[in-house]
Amino acid sequence: MRGRRAISNWVLLLLALHAIVILAGFFAPYDPAEQDRKSPYLPPMQIHFVDAQRHFHARPFVYPLRLREGAFDQYEENTARHLPLRFFVQGARYQLLGLVPIRMHLFGAENERVYLLGSDSYGRDQLSRFLYGGQVSLFAGLLGAGMTLLLGSSVGAIAGYYGGWRDDLLMRLAELFLALPWLYLLFALRAFLPLAVNPLQAFFLIIAVLGAVGWARPARLVRGVVMSAKERDFVRAARGFGATGGYLLRRHILPQTLSVLFTQVAILVPQFVLAEMTLSFLGLGVPDPVPSWGNLLSSLQQYSVLVSYWWMYLPALIMVPFFLGYLGLGSRLQEQGEPYKIGK
Amino acid sequence: MRYFLRRLVHAVFLLVGVSVLAFVFTVLAPGNYFDEMRLNPQIAPETIDALRTQYEVNRPLPIRYAHWVGSVLRGDMGFSFAYNSPVAPLLLVRARNTLLLTVTAMLLSWGLALPVGIWSAVHQGRMSDRLLSWGTAALMVIPDLALALGFLILAVKSGWFPTGGMVSLHFEDLSFLGRVRDLLLHMALPTAALVLSVLPLLVRHVRAAVSEVLDAPFLLAAEGHGIPPRTLLYRYALPAAANPLISLFGFSIGTLLSGSLLVEVVMSWPGLGPFLLEAILARDLYVVIGGVLLSTFFLVGGNFLADLLLYWADPRIRTETSS
Repeated sequence: MRGRRAISNWVLLLLALHAIVILAGFFAPYDPAEQDRKSPYLPPMQIHFVDAQRHFHARPFVYPLRLREGAFDQYEENTARHLPLRFFVQGARYQLLGLVPIRMHLFGAENERVYLLGSDSYGRDQLSRFLYGGQVSLFAGLLGAGMTLLLGSSVGAIAGYYGGWRDDLLMRLAELFLALPWLYLLFALRAFLPLAVNPLQAFFLIIAVLGAVGWARPARLVRGVVMSAKERDFVRAARGFGATGGYLLRRHILPQTLSVLFTQVAILVPQFVLAEMTLSFLGLGVPDPVPSWGNLLSSLQQYSVLVSYWWMYLPALIMVPFFLGYLGLGSRLQEQGEPYKIGK
Repeated sequence: MRYFLRRLVHAVFLLVGVSVLAFVFTVLAPGNYFDEMRLNPQIAPETIDALRTQYEVNRPLPIRYAHWVGSVLRGDMGFSFAYNSPVAPLLLVRARNTLLLTVTAMLLSWGLALPVGIWSAVHQGRMSDRLLSWGTAALMVIPDLALALGFLILAVKSGWFPTGGMVSLHFEDLSFLGRVRDLLLHMALPTAALVLSVLPLLVRHVRAAVSEVLDAPFLLAAEGHGIPPRTLLYRYALPAAANPLISLFGFSIGTLLSGSLLVEVVMSWPGLGPFLLEAILARDLYVVIGGVLLSTFFLVGGNFLADLLLYWADPRIRTETSS
């Protein structure tokens, strides 16, 4: 029982995190591509409740930043002015869930832009870019995992159910894919695809590559389950009554692979998000105007950014809860899959 | 003996399969190195056509594959368009650097994971064990990329470590000891990033494998016979737990090679990673194929080693093959 509740807790955490990313338009104060060329590499603004005169304010506020005297990239807080945070403000137009055009944002400030995670070289808001980037990265992971499992379970089902030469052929092929270190495989597949692509193409390209890279392991797992499932008595009985192969697979055998597949989702999604990040970080994935978690970090490849603008690293830290959620769910599901280990 | 042969044939088969696969993908690939050349008005179309003929880009695939296999057997591994040189010498220097990193990381991570995992399994459920499992979980949720970048920021901010490369500019002028020190300093951060990225997984597996054996009936029986705990652990439990760990050893090679690719690019370590990336961006196909094949070779070689170890460690396999 404890295990089940833990699973639903992890699922709730993940749902909440994904909701934030899916509703990025609402939670992000600005459009991710909107530039503010006058304030490049602004450090994160701190949220204050107590001002410089030690007065308490119920409404949180930030101090606008201004260039430090004599410096060209050093900012300091301008304590002369308050920038109170307003909630549910009207701002840039966006499509909620890609359908409803609205302008409401969770927070913002009047007249001036607030940068809670700082800004990048074009003065784009890093928080907004992180949230929108999550849409790209997480959906690349989710769709990639979906592709992989679809491919893997069909291959596994065919190999496991029909056996014989089909099994031999498919499993030898799977071994080939497993013989490569996955990042090399990812690179190799990416190398043989067009380099200059627009963001949408890049996104689908990545999903296709992820699907092609990952199918072998789930295929082997599904094959194992199918092989044992097809010998179970009720399946044999159904076959005795004249059920066709397709019907047996659909109705009796594949449902038995579901728990394996769920566990695989929890394991694969974070791996694929990482893969997308790696590709985009290296400039092989989603290109710049569209944010993704990978290309958000790619500015850190420049020495000057690394030295002077540490907040460009913050996205790497705030994505950790997503990985935590998937890791927690994955290990719980694995325990569930091996009931004799529960309670250890 | 037949066991070894079978594993060896299997390994060779895998390598050939991967190379065929890589070649098939090259046909499907849109664009190649010479298409980029066409954009350059200073290169005459005749020159490009001549180059295309020289490098047999227009020939059918089976012939190109056959020629490439011949070139592998001669020790060239094809020709790099961008470097205008055989691939093998270029690749081997980088591969050596990659291996330096991965082998060190491998030794360190296993050297740490074994004692820590065993200790954790023996002290199962105690406070220290629980703290440790929290620690490994925390390390696991930090993405490799974030870990490597974090180390880089540490290097920049603290100034204790060099921020990239493999040796300093004045490396040639240093004494032998100075060179070793310089190399070690440069290796420290990439190795640390690699070790930390595989360590949590290894510790968890070691702990799981050992704790499973510790609960096994035969160990309880041995304990009942009054065998001291130390002997029990080293002579009875560990050999029995070796089997899954040796398989994990093979698996960890792949993880380390992949991790190394990323860490090398981030920390500008002159290994296969940056080289391969550059080749992908320049469409230097034979370099890409060579790099991928070499990494497969390392992985397959590592797994072969794991198989040999398994044969030595697990008597069940020996009896299975002799019968």
